[in-house]
Amino acid sequence: MFRIETSAILKVLSYGIIAVSCVGFTGCGGGEKKATKTEKFVIATSGSDTMVNLVQMWAEEYQKVNPLVTVEVAGGGSGVGIRDLIQGIITIANTSREMEPVERDQAKQKTGKDPVEFIVAYDALAVYASMKNPVDTLSLEELAGIYGENGQIDKWSQLGVNMKAIGVNDEIVRVSRQNSSGTYAYFREKVLNKKDFKMGSKDMSGSKDVVELVTKTAGAIGYSGMGYHTEHVKFVKVAAKKGEQGYEPSLDNVLSGKYPLARSLLMFTLGQPDATTKAYIDWLLSPAGQEIVKKAGYVPVAMVKR
Amino acid sequence: MAIPQKKITAANIFQWLWKWIRQLCEWFIVGLIYLCGVSSIIFVFSIFYFVFREGAPFLRDCFDFKNFFLSPEWYPTSISNKRYGILALLAGTGSVTIVAMLVAVPFSLGTAIFIAEFCKKKTKEAMKIVVEILAAIPSVVWGFIGLMVTNPLIVKLTGAPIGLNALNAGIIVGLMSVPIIVSIAEDSIRAVPDGYIEAAEALGATRWQTVYRVILPAAKNGLLAAVLLGVGRAVGETMAVLMATGHSVNIPFNGEFPYFHALESVRTLTATIVAEMGEAPRLDAGMNGSFPAEARHYQVLFVIGIVLFVITFVINTIADLAVKGIRQKKV
Repeated sequence: MFRIETSAILKVLSYGIIAVSCVGFTGCGGGEKKATKTEKFVIATSGSDTMVNLVQMWAEEYQKVNPLVTVEVAGGGSGVGIRDLIQGIITIANTSREMEPVERDQAKQKTGKDPVEFIVAYDALAVYASMKNPVDTLSLEELAGIYGENGQIDKWSQLGVNMKAIGVNDEIVRVSRQNSSGTYAYFREKVLNKKDFKMGSKDMSGSKDVVELVTKTAGAIGYSGMGYHTEHVKFVKVAAKKGEQGYEPSLDNVLSGKYPLARSLLMFTLGQPDATTKAYIDWLLSPAGQEIVKKAGYVPVAMVKR
Repeated sequence: MAIPQKKITAANIFQWLWKWIRQLCEWFIVGLIYLCGVSSIIFVFSIFYFVFREGAPFLRDCFDFKNFFLSPEWYPTSISNKRYGILALLAGTGSVTIVAMLVAVPFSLGTAIFIAEFCKKKTKEAMKIVVEILAAIPSVVWGFIGLMVTNPLIVKLTGAPIGLNALNAGIIVGLMSVPIIVSIAEDSIRAVPDGYIEAAEALGATRWQTVYRVILPAAKNGLLAAVLLGVGRAVGETMAVLMATGHSVNIPFNGEFPYFHALESVRTLTATIVAEMGEAPRLDAGMNGSFPAEARHYQVLFVIGIVLFVITFVINTIADLAVKGIRQKKV
């Protein structure tokens, strides 16, 4: 009789100890977390690959302006940013395209808040070609012929570009983006009129990859944000219609509206942003923040009167 | 009979406590080891369950054998007309695997024969270490080599418009699967009974004749298993092929001579999953239980995962059976 009782008592006692220590530990953990939260703010952002460089520059500069706030930057593509925002992992989604109605519904359904949009900069979708390539101007129709599903243009000679002279294969190497990137969606909307891409394009996973591949491949053509331009690759001028004058994606041409492939770069928050996030976005839109836009190779918002 | 009663002393209680704690530890350790033992089974089944669960709505609602396996049109994010055909992706995986095996099999069987039969002990040790180092190179480094080294080389040598193609990826993946083929092939060559070799030498066979006529036929099941595991490696490789194939939906086979155009860019099943999974939204079913059209992309990527699962499962099973074949023969 006594045996059983001792073991039972001991059992209860040890469970008690375990339970108490567990509560103690979690209690401590919670307290710590709270303490750090009052000291430092973290604004988590993710999204557009086109904007990664720009947002990174902003984040570094903002660290100097307000050392208490850390802005975390992740890329992955506009789709990733919107998905993360809907799942509540991040505070700000950086996107190079509008949010689709389906995505807005999802956000509302999951979080109960409507996404709020901020235009933070303008970008031009640039068409890149190798330095060796003699091509100068392409019209939107020609681009659709190269990239579109039923487009008939597969050879540079069809565009009147003589690649034989420089000893390069006549075939057009189409460099594109993976099918859920914001840049891909924008190109499809503006150039292909929402129709599909031709199969067989090289689908890169990043804006920078497109420019790098085009830089190295003489017969290639690719599209990417204007901020990724380097001195080893050239812009192809883009004309709205065949026979019209083509324009390079430059600050002036985007501002004057002459360049046909300009778009806005956006940030989304769930509902109105809290004070810290609001302060950050306000700073982005201030002259100091917009100066960085210019430095990153994009077009500041303040200069475009809407 | 009265039960001998123990006195309640501090020492007695301590003893009880100690015994009890030890018993608890014992159970805990036994449980832990058991869990470790069955963990791989649990992992395999839970991964299969997870992949299948995510892909199931697609299989249920819009899976159509003909459009899925026999159409090359891969447009999972199209606005007007979404199409999910994986023929081109299967062809891409197939073409990379073919080239990879053309590269890997001669190299690795040669290496295995050399290591097992021809070289001195010191060279043997050195060779084994080098082959192991080859296995330790991360796949993203291989992909980078494909991008930066073989890409311009192929353009220069063949005049192809771009060097990121099935040939490039095949070479890279072939080199990646060399270590796995070498190590298994070498084991199976060494497992050939010494008596066979001694008999061959006694009959006056040269070394090459011994290898060609005696060792290779005797080890053929093991060599087959080695090659099949190499194929499994090539099919499953992701990062390197993403970087080296050009990632382009394209079938490199057609009726024109030479039927297989290794200089065309392709896209593999694995690379498609890794490139698109990040941005495919995982959406839930609506009120009426049907999924929005945007949800299908995520699901179809998991169906591709199931296809890959089946392919590698079949290959590994055949390899296993082949290995078992030699064991039975030996006994």
